[in-house]
Amino acid sequence: MFAAAGDSMLSHGMKQTGNISLHHLQGVILAVLNPWVAVGIVLLLAFFAAYMNALSWADLTYVLPATSLGYVLLALVAKFLLHEQVSPLRWIGIALISGGVGFVAGGPALTSHAHHDAAREPESASVAASAGAER
Amino acid sequence: MNHVYTWGGILIIVIASVVGDILLARAMKQVGDVHAQWRRVGLWNVIGRVLANSNFLLGVTAMAVAFFSLLFALSWGDVSLVAPAAASLTFIGNAFAAKIFLHEKVDRRRWIAALLVAGGVALLAG
Repeated sequence: MFAAAGDSMLSHGMKQTGNISLHHLQGVILAVLNPWVAVGIVLLLAFFAAYMNALSWADLTYVLPATSLGYVLLALVAKFLLHEQVSPLRWIGIALISGGVGFVAGGPALTSHAHHDAAREPESASVAASAGAER
Repeated sequence: MNHVYTWGGILIIVIASVVGDILLARAMKQVGDVHAQWRRVGLWNVIGRVLANSNFLLGVTAMAVAFFSLLFALSWGDVSLVAPAAASLTFIGNAFAAKIFLHEKVDRRRWIAALLVAGGVALLAG
């Protein structure tokens, strides 16, 4: 379970990097067919697939902070591969994101009960809590 | 006046991406654990089930709306305001929406995480 979580988070991070580089490329050279754009699109699709996979077994409020690790990874790539200057403010940002991810990673991955179509009962919190405890 | 356009654009981006995230999350909860399904019915059937899910299609549409409104907003305002504001507000909005619409138990731990990540993203993207 934990291995799967770690694995999928890592791939998330990697794919998010591709995702962001695509955005950059689109901003800079929109509508130019070059291999970078193609690679960006493939990475974007791969990220999306991994994201959907994670959402199938974990809460949205669990998956989203984890995907934000991609920003951290991007900053590290910029620092060590592209030798960009990373300002102190950005290091603080990295620390905040890492801290936030650490917070959710310590809790249960799934708290809502799955397989319900538009559950209407407002008191589902206690049910969800017991469902989370079972895991 | 341009300020109004910029923040209006940011608001639309945030709403569209929160709606998209909620719909996609609900769709994947309906489909169920992809790994388990994969073993049972095969990869292509799983992909087919996901693509046939109406929540999934609506969610992707909302994501497309969010993306194009991002492009619009970027033409109205600075990227150093629009990108971090939209990204971090989306995190906060998602925490609220997940609690209300997905009945996720957003406890104090997750609120703190959402706020930390939102702040961090705002600093990084800024």
